[in-house]
Amino acid sequence: MSKEWPLWEVFVRSQHGLNHRHVGSLHAPDAEMALKNARDVYTRRNEGLSIWVVEARHITASSPSDKGPLYEPSESKVYRHPTFFDIPDEAGHM
Amino acid sequence: MYAQMIKSEASAEDPEKLAAFQARIDAGEKIEPKDWMPEGYRKTLIRQIGQHAHSEIVGQLPEGNWITRAPTLERKAILLAKVQDEAGHGLYLYCAAETLGVSRDELTEMLLDGRMKYSSIFNYPTLTWADMGAVGWLVDGAAIMNQVPLQRTSFGPYSRAMIRICKEESFHQRQGYDIMMKMARGTDAQRKMAQDALNRFWYPSLMMFGPSDKDSVHSAQSMAWKIKMNTNDELRQKFVDQTVPQAEYLGLTVPDPNLTWNEEKGGYDFSEPDWSEFFEVIKGNGPCNTERLEARNKAWDDGAWVREGLMAHAAKKRAAKLAAE
Ligand SMILES: [Fe+2]
Ligand SMILES: [Fe+2]
Repeated sequence: MSKEWPLWEVFVRSQHGLNHRHVGSLHAPDAEMALKNARDVYTRRNEGLSIWVVEARHITASSPSDKGPLYEPSESKVYRHPTFFDIPDEAGHM
Repeated sequence: MYAQMIKSEASAEDPEKLAAFQARIDAGEKIEPKDWMPEGYRKTLIRQIGQHAHSEIVGQLPEGNWITRAPTLERKAILLAKVQDEAGHGLYLYCAAETLGVSRDELTEMLLDGRMKYSSIFNYPTLTWADMGAVGWLVDGAAIMNQVPLQRTSFGPYSRAMIRICKEESFHQRQGYDIMMKMARGTDAQRKMAQDALNRFWYPSLMMFGPSDKDSVHSAQSMAWKIKMNTNDELRQKFVDQTVPQAEYLGLTVPDPNLTWNEEKGGYDFSEPDWSEFFEVIKGNGPCNTERLEARNKAWDDGAWVREGLMAHAAKKRAAKLAAE
């Protein structure tokens, strides 16, 4: 086993009720230390009220070469956007 | 600037791929770690981000020197917070470099055995409390000049690290200027100390931007890749133009008899620093090179048992948890 502390990804939820957001990474020997370090590094200026840490090797990421097949279908379905439909002004706000 | 004299690597890859890559950069797209990138882009970035990270870490030493001797408890708390920020900056940058396929320990080892550099500025000593003012005002000021445009750099993780860092930097510069104001308005002895700090840090601060790179092939490549956003001379000029009025406000004199306002260019004319001194410092012959590297090596060696012990503890806890399941 490598002596190097594993890499953790850090997610923080800010005051305003938004989702946890990825803010960066750090090295720590275990989850408990990762949380403590994340607090010291990423929340020194009221950045958040809740922290998640996930060991980086547990994250499965999509690969850039899949960009075409993964996202193309969403481009051909314009009717998913509300602006696709013309609603007359007389119908009022919708 | 914390990354000086970064040589960019040539790339011997498929011209079509290279052109497509350059087109993405020209279109303002961010390059992310899993995207295809030229080997030269990757290697140059590791060198640049690594050197930047090392500078943040070594840069804690000259200021750490004064934490225990700060004149008031408030100044001590402020300086401590500032130095702690720098540790964070190092961490953000190491993490950005790691996405390019180099490990933290590898980077650290390259700093410790001298294969990688850090900014020349941190090889100068901090002799008096006024130096804490001059460092925050001038050194962090020069760093900000370089880091603000780098927020738009093409490599996503580097850009995001820069955005975080820039948010924290302005506190650094302002606390430094605040110290300078106090000293400059203080007793004769304090004013002298402030002037002396400016005298010693002025030229080393100008050196932070690196030598003139008008003719450098390396910077042309780095600028095309958007990992360097301005020439060294542009940034140095901007720094002088911003800093001279601040020195005037303090009633201090910039130690340059040739400093004059040039109406035509809308900026100051000023003397170049002594570049032979700069190259000596880069080579390892500055006043504090040996001390700085010794301090980093000692910290690394003394911390080995903690790093290993915590890993062993984590493994033991994991095993115990598995056994209980
Ligand atoms: Fe910094
Ligand atoms: Fe700073």
